[in-house]
Amino acid sequence: MKIVVLAKHVPDATGERTFAADGTVDRASSDGLLSELDEYAVEQALQVADERDEVEVVVMTLGPEDAADAIKRALQMGASAGVHIIDDAVHGSDALATSAILAEAIKNAAPELVICGMASTDGTMGVIPAMIAERLGWPAVTLGATLSVADDHVTIRRDDDVASFTIEASLPAIVSVTDQSGEARYPSMKGILAAKKKPVETWTLADLGIEAASVGLDAAWSKVILTTPRPPKEPGRVVQEENGASALIDFLAAGKYI
Amino acid sequence: MPEVLVVAEHADSHVSKPAFELLTLARRLGDPVAVIFGEIDDTVAKALGEYGATRVLLVADPAINDYLVAPKAEALAQIAEKLQPAAILITSTPEGKEIAGRLAVKLESGLITDATDIVGDGTTTQSVFAGNWTVTASVSHGAPIVTVKPNAVTPEAAPTEAAAEQIQVTISDAAKSARIINSEPKKSSGRPELTEAAIVVSGGRGTGGDFTAVEELADVLGGAVGASRAAVDAGWYPYAYQIGQTGKTVSPQLYIAVGISGAIQHRAGMQTSKAIVAVNKDAEAPIFGLADLGIVGDLHKVLPVVIEEIKKRKG
Repeated sequence: MKIVVLAKHVPDATGERTFAADGTVDRASSDGLLSELDEYAVEQALQVADERDEVEVVVMTLGPEDAADAIKRALQMGASAGVHIIDDAVHGSDALATSAILAEAIKNAAPELVICGMASTDGTMGVIPAMIAERLGWPAVTLGATLSVADDHVTIRRDDDVASFTIEASLPAIVSVTDQSGEARYPSMKGILAAKKKPVETWTLADLGIEAASVGLDAAWSKVILTTPRPPKEPGRVVQEENGASALIDFLAAGKYI
Repeated sequence: MPEVLVVAEHADSHVSKPAFELLTLARRLGDPVAVIFGEIDDTVAKALGEYGATRVLLVADPAINDYLVAPKAEALAQIAEKLQPAAILITSTPEGKEIAGRLAVKLESGLITDATDIVGDGTTTQSVFAGNWTVTASVSHGAPIVTVKPNAVTPEAAPTEAAAEQIQVTISDAAKSARIINSEPKKSSGRPELTEAAIVVSGGRGTGGDFTAVEELADVLGGAVGASRAAVDAGWYPYAYQIGQTGKTVSPQLYIAVGISGAIQHRAGMQTSKAIVAVNKDAEAPIFGLADLGIVGDLHKVLPVVIEEIKKRKG
């Protein structure tokens, strides 16, 4: 079984994240890493590989040169191979173009199963799996808190506020998993060494038969008008424990909460 | 006036508050037309009319309940082809965003998610990077599809007479591929819905796993209970109550963070609350940088006194 894991290289959320002059996420000014939420997707793919024979886990990323680090991390965790889709024309693409590129790349890779994280930690839209499924005509089995993979179908548990659902679909399918699906493994020393010998292919838009003019900032169907940093918050009042209860009561009364 | 499609969420014959918020925003763009999935009674159409829905379209195809997301997107696409709306507004739930994503592909429309505001010319506002940046944007291709966060606006009534119309849709086999084979309803907490509540009391690692005081404070204030990811990961509180990047985003009038340090992952879910109170033993906790009132101390000593005092005042 071939599994493609979609992984995104994102700016570190614990650092300063900013925008470039063109309104896109500034990827140059801060360190990037494999999106934490995609580590859960890698983990689920590796668990399938641990349990079944002959599973190939291919980690696929779309992004500039630095995005190779996301592939490297997934290979160190245990993925078998990488695909890096890289093309200058991609810069500034919206979710529609991103999903169109990834859908073509998935067709090219021809896996039985695609596993994604629940959202990226930078854009946080959470729409790419649904959009790719729409383009490929595949089932989308999304936001799995658990995932089980059989020969010809997948099953997830999906929780919302009112119910817990069991959802099943035939393969090929695209799946996304949440941060409830199980902690991602940490690369071992052996994994780090092995990763250096694993194959990584680079694909361009031309390789995928995609017109450069159909993607990128100019082709995006939504435009950023303005990006503004949130003004720093005025420091509030801080009290110690002995005055805590009365301060809170006064605060609640002043705000007419009680 | 052009028509604006609004997907109105409802549960147990009650329209949910975010649907009224969407209608309020939709009126800035045109005449709101509400779409309802599933069986409803007359009171629902009437309630939507109160907030300005000029038409209420009912879609009751059985595939809607039997399969995940795709049938709803397909039904909406068919309605949009007929109505040619000026925009489509959907609440920013995980499902709402997936519907919006599919619809954007089907209709070849630009998509904006997690808007906190939208004005008459279609310009949206979003709060991004854990609430540290504000972005204004607009859709430049097709009828804008915008998902809007709950609590983006205060619902304003604008009564109209809206009659419910049954709409027939054709759901393709391709949309019937992710089958819901079982659903187990969750027990209701009896508290307000987390994303809609005016007051949220939230507990973290500092509770040590005992949410009694957090729940009691929420109850005397009529608020909802939330939890940090640390508390959820520790198994102390269910995931449905997690506030933060991978859980719910809340924007209540008052947010009380109890034993929560305020990591970026948590701040992403609560930074836009109107007033913030933090109770934490660690004076260096980043949550104090956000708090209007910070209490450096043991929550188990502070909260019981507060709860007793509120009870006393209420008589």
